[in-house]
Amino acid sequence: MTQLTPVLTRNWDLPNAFTVDGYGEYAAAKKALSTDPDAIIQMVKDSGLRGRGGAGFPTGMKWGFIPQNDGKPHYLVVNADESEPGTCKDIPLMMANPHSLVEGVIITAYAIRANYAFIYVRGEVLHVIRRVQAAVREAYEKGYLGSDIFGSGYDLEVVVHSGAGAYICGEETALLDSLEGYRGQPRLKPPFPAVAGLYASPTVVNNVESIASVPSIVANGADWFAGMGTEKSKGFGIFSLSGHVTRPGQYEAPLGITLRELLDMAGGIREGHELKFWTPGGSSTPIFTAEHLDVPLDFESVGAKGSMLGTRALQIFDDTTCVVRAVLRWTEFYAHESCGKCTPCREGTFWLKQVLKRLEKGQGTEDDLTTITDIADNILGRSFCALGDGATSPIHSSVKYFREEYLKHFEIGGCPFDPAASTVWGKA
Amino acid sequence: MSYAPEVRERLETDAKEIIGRYPKPRSALLPLLHLVQSEDGYVSDDGQEFCAEMLGLSKAEVVGVATFYTMYKRKPSGEYNVGVCINALCAVMGGDQIWSELSEHAGVGHDETTEDGKITLERLECNAACDFAPVMMVNWEFFDNQTPESAKQLVDDLRAGKEVVPTRGPGRLCSFKEASRVLAGFPDGQAGDGPAASGPSLEGLKIAKANGWEAPAADGGPVNDR
Repeated sequence: MTQLTPVLTRNWDLPNAFTVDGYGEYAAAKKALSTDPDAIIQMVKDSGLRGRGGAGFPTGMKWGFIPQNDGKPHYLVVNADESEPGTCKDIPLMMANPHSLVEGVIITAYAIRANYAFIYVRGEVLHVIRRVQAAVREAYEKGYLGSDIFGSGYDLEVVVHSGAGAYICGEETALLDSLEGYRGQPRLKPPFPAVAGLYASPTVVNNVESIASVPSIVANGADWFAGMGTEKSKGFGIFSLSGHVTRPGQYEAPLGITLRELLDMAGGIREGHELKFWTPGGSSTPIFTAEHLDVPLDFESVGAKGSMLGTRALQIFDDTTCVVRAVLRWTEFYAHESCGKCTPCREGTFWLKQVLKRLEKGQGTEDDLTTITDIADNILGRSFCALGDGATSPIHSSVKYFREEYLKHFEIGGCPFDPAASTVWGKA
Repeated sequence: MSYAPEVRERLETDAKEIIGRYPKPRSALLPLLHLVQSEDGYVSDDGQEFCAEMLGLSKAEVVGVATFYTMYKRKPSGEYNVGVCINALCAVMGGDQIWSELSEHAGVGHDETTEDGKITLERLECNAACDFAPVMMVNWEFFDNQTPESAKQLVDDLRAGKEVVPTRGPGRLCSFKEASRVLAGFPDGQAGDGPAASGPSLEGLKIAKANGWEAPAADGGPVNDR
């Protein structure tokens, strides 16, 4: 059986985990700053660390794309705009252990030769922002940030920047536009941020958990990290269980653990009920059912079964839940958050919402199922960024696994489920 | 109408500090809009004019940005911005019922403010606390594991001026304007309040400890450097 591997979550039960006293004295950063930056990039490449923000791009390779000796300033931007429905790992990580992020920022910025780094935190999490602000301030006071860090001659300024409520800013180029003071709309790629990112300069954009994992790699070595996980999905990650599970929460485990194993640890589905459907990595990843309980939760295995590992946001729904209702909610979310830049996403999500509303009320027809999958086909692969693609995931996967349930709605002229039964206080 | 001279002077000092953080001034626009909300409680006409002047932008450019982001209020709003998550997971776990009962109880709908100016209700999208569902936020502080009863009590207490404490956050709930000032990058000294983590955040760690599970040790050394 797979065991949990607390690294980032290891100190969360200390009352002062969010201070240097509760974290440690940045020994990994100190070590890194006396190492050649290229050796750090190589070490992260060797570790096999892949982006923890959903896409899973190899982190060290991303850093390696930054042109060197180009005479331009380089920037590191941390994507702390965690907003994907179901995803709730970076927020508790920054609340409890912000110094792991700040130390990771120092090492990463040094490796890519950046002297300026930004932490873009979604605005709707006030106490998390306080903790990150305080950690950065404490790091300055200790001499871990600012000029001539650890006497290495290396200088780094870090700015904590609060967003203002826009899911799309989690898309890296929209985030850059937002950070430059514009509406957060995605940019055409190429050029990629590694070539023309913030202020048209070479920029690395990494997720919070990716960056926070870097100090442990520097401290313990690439082999240590690569010794966990699976062949192509190495290391550990935070798995977030939510919904109809006995003990929801954050479970840090090697990639490749299964939902069955995680559910065993979490006390199973809430008493008296069965697993109906779940998301492996947020609402943008196609839903799974009980038949997928033993799929190893790594990038390849989840992909082979038609979904994506995403952010390891395991939203668990039991047999009381109406899948049409859940899909409608997610679709309303995408319609609300579509930035409006491209037509397939802006119009498509709007129409999906209209048709799904009708379906949920039992006023649809079987043709409507063709309509929503047609609309989804016209969004998928035709949108400017991944938001549109993500919006189609719940549509396609729910029709694939629960077609009968859609049909049932208009057979009986309404929803066959009692929403009261699925609430926390609902009768089992 | 524009800001009184002493207000203007104070805002300019803050604005210059914000602009000074960035390599390019325009990057300061989002924090400047938070600053305006910390003064006026919403992005007022004066506030947008002020941002435009400070950054050398047209007012249209500022308005174009302000209208894109949902955290910027377009009209005067309540002292407490009370949000209920109605994204799929929270909705299913009870957020829908909380919303409908709370909205009826308070007598206001989405983006509407009670007559006493205390409460603005908002339907929220996912706030990244799904393991604490159903979730509510007041002035962007966490109020976890809510029920229809606790939600109504919360709003009653806020309207009665009683002390209300977030489930994971500072010992004192600040006003919407005070919260906006923190978002603009001016800390309020409350970062040390509250637990590092609690409840579901600690479930995995608790199980690991109970079973003696740890990440493997690196060659010849402890798991990490602390």
